[in-house]
Amino acid sequence: MLLTLLLVLLLVLLAAGGYGTVAPARPQGSRYLYSVSLAVCTVLLLLALAHLLSGREPLHLSLPLGLPWLGLHLRLDALSAFFLVVVNLGGAVASLFGLGYGAHEREPERVLPFYPAFLAGMNLVLLADDAFAFLFAWEFMSISSWALVMAHHREPANLRAGYLYLVMACFGTLALLLAFGLLAGVDGGYGFAAMRASQTPPALAALVLVLALLGAGSKAGLVPLHVWLPLAHPAAPSHVSALMSGVMTKVAVYGFIRIVFDLLGGESAVWWWGGLVLAAGGVTAVLGVLYALMQHDLKRLLAYHTVENIGIIFIGLGLALAFQANLMYFNAALALTAALFHVLNHSLFKSLLFLGAGAVLTATGERDMERLGGLIHRMPHTALAFLIGSAAISALPPLNGFVSEWMTFQAILNSPELPQWLLKFLVPAVGALLALSAALAAACFVKAFGITFLGRPRSPAAADAGETDRFSLSAMFVLAGLCLLAGVLPGLVVDGLGPVVGLLNGGARLTDQYHQPWLTLVPVGPLKSSYNGLLVMLFMAVSGVAAALLIHRFASSAVRRGPAWDCGFPDASPATQYTAGSFAQPIRRVFGSLVFQARERVTMPPPGDLRPARLEVELHDPVWERAYAPIAAAVIAVSTRANVLQYLTIRRYLSLVFGALVVLLLGMALWR
Amino acid sequence: MHSLEFDIAHFLAGGMVVLSFLLLYQDRVYALLNVFALHSLVLALAVGWQAYIQEAHHLYVTAGIALVFKAIVIPMALRRIVRRLGIHRTLEVVGGVGRDMLAGAALVALAIMVMLPVTVGADALAREDLAFALAVLLLGLLLMVNRHNAISLVIGFMSLENGLVLAAAGARGMPLAVEISVAFSVLIALIVIGVFLFRIRERFDSVDMQAMDSFRESRLK
Repeated sequence: MLLTLLLVLLLVLLAAGGYGTVAPARPQGSRYLYSVSLAVCTVLLLLALAHLLSGREPLHLSLPLGLPWLGLHLRLDALSAFFLVVVNLGGAVASLFGLGYGAHEREPERVLPFYPAFLAGMNLVLLADDAFAFLFAWEFMSISSWALVMAHHREPANLRAGYLYLVMACFGTLALLLAFGLLAGVDGGYGFAAMRASQTPPALAALVLVLALLGAGSKAGLVPLHVWLPLAHPAAPSHVSALMSGVMTKVAVYGFIRIVFDLLGGESAVWWWGGLVLAAGGVTAVLGVLYALMQHDLKRLLAYHTVENIGIIFIGLGLALAFQANLMYFNAALALTAALFHVLNHSLFKSLLFLGAGAVLTATGERDMERLGGLIHRMPHTALAFLIGSAAISALPPLNGFVSEWMTFQAILNSPELPQWLLKFLVPAVGALLALSAALAAACFVKAFGITFLGRPRSPAAADAGETDRFSLSAMFVLAGLCLLAGVLPGLVVDGLGPVVGLLNGGARLTDQYHQPWLTLVPVGPLKSSYNGLLVMLFMAVSGVAAALLIHRFASSAVRRGPAWDCGFPDASPATQYTAGSFAQPIRRVFGSLVFQARERVTMPPPGDLRPARLEVELHDPVWERAYAPIAAAVIAVSTRANVLQYLTIRRYLSLVFGALVVLLLGMALWR
Repeated sequence: MHSLEFDIAHFLAGGMVVLSFLLLYQDRVYALLNVFALHSLVLALAVGWQAYIQEAHHLYVTAGIALVFKAIVIPMALRRIVRRLGIHRTLEVVGGVGRDMLAGAALVALAIMVMLPVTVGADALAREDLAFALAVLLLGLLLMVNRHNAISLVIGFMSLENGLVLAAAGARGMPLAVEISVAFSVLIALIVIGVFLFRIRERFDSVDMQAMDSFRESRLK
């Protein structure tokens, strides 16, 4: 019954997509469309939340659609309900933002038809209970989001982004297709129920894990499969960027969890699986944030941070796999809870940050941070929301990012109980990588917020910016409020995640947190560690107010006018301010020369010469140059060779067919 | 097993293979057409005989189609085309007869080596028929590869198609609807090919494939 209702709501979304083809011609068309998306997403969100919290049994629905001998199977269990909450929360807020943003869209006919379809596709992936429906919905999601990436297709960079996205999406789906093929076995049991029931041989199961890591990882943005993500996510309109980065990557994480933890089953896990996922996550986290630090394009910086956060999530999942393989279900529950909590958190603050970047983009027309600045005076509310998002993604208490990363660390601290020596060494190393990435993320967001919102405007566009509209602001503040709420009341979220963790972890889950005094989060045991967001917030509020009072008490109240702290340039032009590039320079010096082969060249004109001094920075993308460029070169070389085949004579073609046939027949005759 | 029925079916199918060999070294266009007409006639007889011994009445229709279209209409139409193109006196250079015969014999051996082990479960008649059909098909392809003249290519294609029909008839028949649609598609192919031949002739003053290739721009880099 509930599933039928959900399906009907998805059909409403698809119908809204159909309306999107005519909506741009109507005066209020885009507003109606976003209102419908908002309403449908809100209802979906509430239904999924109710299902998750009620802890009911999974629901099933089979329809005679899709492949004739398979049909369409849908299923709503705790895992899909949780991800439905994440997806539709993001969808609802992005739609709310769209209500205001839609007025600024230059080519609404390229956005409106695909936006609801994209939402419907993501929802359908979560409900699918057979391989065909899953892959169909997955491709539907990919292609509708590709259309949204190509919305502003006249910019050459977007064309490249779209092409790369399409190639990587095809690669990912191919990997998933092969994974499902292996899971289905020789009998072709493509329903998920059959896959759950069947036992995959260990060698094949390992292959499925690798394929799932490739398939879901390419969509989620695991290094080195991330190359399309920082190009494609920023190319879309900002609320779609928020959806792609905040939500679609989570659908990819869902795909990985569904295949590895549910269909393969955690009990068939081998310890090195966890090590593999852990290593991938650790490398992704650090490289993602290093890439982000080198970026001065606000939206691309956020996209690279998505890569980093996906790494953090996969660290949690890898830990859970390692613990499950060693039958340490309590620790596995802790790691899984941390990963899923971070899924929710990242969807909240990354959507918030992308919406903030979108508000800045509409107000100034600029994405380059070197041309922004001083926006806190012109867009104070956006600045506040962006600040909250920045603090959350930098894992500062009392916000939500801290809780999930803290829980990941708790799981890492329990790793010495693991028996394998390799894991004993690997997990602390990954912990160090995680700590490094958290610190670098904080540095990166000091840069992002400081250069964009503080200082003085670096361009006329930034100087003339105005505050964004009410819809966009309310969307951002809903997310900011949720960031704070999830940070202060983490116990409630952990309890909400309980059924999901139980489903994936053979019934083992964290103890209920709601009866802990003062809303404290005690994941492991009262003697080991606990965290109380409320207390931290109170302490910060009290100490902040006390510091302010003290300063005002002892500071002189007399007004004194004089030159400000001016660093020796009393009437400086905005160009003399700290820039994003100069902020990132120390980190570029430390890590960039190793990772990016960064080279800096300073050319100083001799005295008397009027030319300006120049500082040139040269960066290399290691992943692109080592992995992708050789592949692309090889493809081009092979296809140039094969191009000869396009221009043969008809007799040559016939001879080729004839020769191939004879060779195959000979092979057949000799084989037997 | 070795009844008269089997022997006659064997004889007719084998006759098609022999006629395919005949096709291989005909260097005059009319002779090629005549042998093709004979090829199709033997096909009609073979399919008719299959219809009789299998008591599959729809195969009579197949045989009729083969007789009317392939043995009479198509050769006559091609003959008219040849006359109007004025190429009935041209001699086509056929590579060494001995070489073609050897290659053909090797192909027949290959067909038998492939088909007999694959169809162990089936009855002897179907196995022999399938082996012969594959041989006819391969010989048709060999003809197409060997010839320059567009008419010869068409004949090669049609004899290849005869092999397919023989295979279908031997393997307990294909549905009549499929057979009729195949026959029609062959007819349409004939019409299209005829039209094209005249167009090619208008353009290039020749239906020799080698002459046409020389007109192609060299687009190779």
